[in-house]
Amino acid sequence: MEYLIGIQGPDFVLVAADNVAASSIIQMKHDYDKMFKLSEKILLLCVGEAGDTVQFAEYIQKNVQLYKMRNGYELSPAAAANFTRKNLADYLRSRTPYHVNLLLAGYDDTDGPGLFYMDYLSSLAKAPFAAHGYGRFILNLPSFTVRLIDKEGIHDLEKLTLGAK
Amino acid sequence: MALEDICSFNDTPVYHKWSSASAFEGTASSFHMTDYYSIGSRRPKTCETTCDVPLHFFIPALPNSAPFDRRHSSPFSPADHSVTVHRPFPLSHGTTTLGFAFQGGVIAAADTRASAGGLVACPAVHKVTPIHSHLVVTSSGSGADCMLWERILTREIRLYQLRHRQRLSIRGTAKLLSFMLHPFKGTDVCVALTLCGWDKEVGGTGCAKRSQDSSSLTGNSSSAAVSRQDVTAAVCSASPNSGPKVIYVCSDGARLQGDIISVGSGSPYAYGVLDRGLRWNLSKEEAISLAREAVFRATHRDAYSGNSVDLFHITAQGWKQRQREDLKEEYYRDMERKAKIVEERKRVTEVKAPK
Repeated sequence: MEYLIGIQGPDFVLVAADNVAASSIIQMKHDYDKMFKLSEKILLLCVGEAGDTVQFAEYIQKNVQLYKMRNGYELSPAAAANFTRKNLADYLRSRTPYHVNLLLAGYDDTDGPGLFYMDYLSSLAKAPFAAHGYGRFILNLPSFTVRLIDKEGIHDLEKLTLGAK
Repeated sequence: MALEDICSFNDTPVYHKWSSASAFEGTASSFHMTDYYSIGSRRPKTCETTCDVPLHFFIPALPNSAPFDRRHSSPFSPADHSVTVHRPFPLSHGTTTLGFAFQGGVIAAADTRASAGGLVACPAVHKVTPIHSHLVVTSSGSGADCMLWERILTREIRLYQLRHRQRLSIRGTAKLLSFMLHPFKGTDVCVALTLCGWDKEVGGTGCAKRSQDSSSLTGNSSSAAVSRQDVTAAVCSASPNSGPKVIYVCSDGARLQGDIISVGSGSPYAYGVLDRGLRWNLSKEEAISLAREAVFRATHRDAYSGNSVDLFHITAQGWKQRQREDLKEEYYRDMERKAKIVEERKRVTEVKAPK
């Protein structure tokens, strides 16, 4: 399944996506890029239904670039995220909703780093960490208990918690 | 074009169709057309200036579109029910097609069986069709849809060439096709085309020296093959704007560029053979025999692929078609080979046994 993850740091956002483009059971490409550069400081990660992802992401990408050409300055990440969400919402109750899950990561010169989670029902949330795919379940869990089994038996290791440090 | 007559394009002017289409609340086509304008494709601008039918090709014959209704004067059925013609047989996309790029160009191959459920409807179908001198398309999915869309693509590419005095690149062709198919997403249109072609260089920059990178892709190229490659180093490997291209376009909306693409029910078997034997540094004969072997193995195991294999080889000079080969011969040769191996093994064990 397609997987996106994003983590916001003090002055950066780190995002990663898998590279597989699959068609039912066949992996057709192992080097597929799911990130779309909206501007110098904004990145859109997009997964979902086959044609919808590229069509929607490219539409957003071109519109953000058009904004810069028209107005001379770039959209902020929050504005870009809201623009994206509005488009998703507009198409949601049409005959052709876009089934895409998105992460928008950007750096605003005044507000700092920002990570925005959007899903196909056009929800939008600014979050310090977010993921799409099977990985999102792992991110929701606050901590992990770890045990090690070796020839001596079962050992309890230190609990892993998210963001403890 | 004859096709236009059948699809009744010439019955009414398109803008009239436009306004009548949009008058029917909820026709899928009119809604999608506005998407196109807002998506801002460059096409409408040029079309408006150079011809009077801006989105002529966007409204091929839908089963319940307005012109049909008016012509047959049947009660109008709203298009949003997406009533489609029911097929008399279940559709299974039985085929094996493949395309891959290597140092000597692009190979496109496919079997020739058209199946309708469990029936072999036709054992000698053309699944690989030339679009222009440097582009060939392999088709999979519904045979009728593929034939129609190949013709539409040929027409649009030719129109582009006439309007702009240069040929559209393969990537541009794939994008154009993908955009044309987008309105039909969610309907029963089932088209999975692999565009295999060679882009001519536009600028004078020539081939990027990607032969180093591409041989690292292959991993197990022998030194002998590498030295052969150096001799023909003028070949363009997959640089962004020229050279061999294999792009997969599907009616679901997927558009994938890659070095190896195989589509159809026999594609898992073909991928197995190709992933094992494919290197960038193959010679033309090796590549052709690899493609034949891949299709043969797929037709051997897949019930919906079979009969013969069509092979096209595309280079900077254009496409060349190999003669269609009946895979029955290949099967008998394979059986003989296996029989020989069994005999050999028996002889060896008999020699050992008397001890």
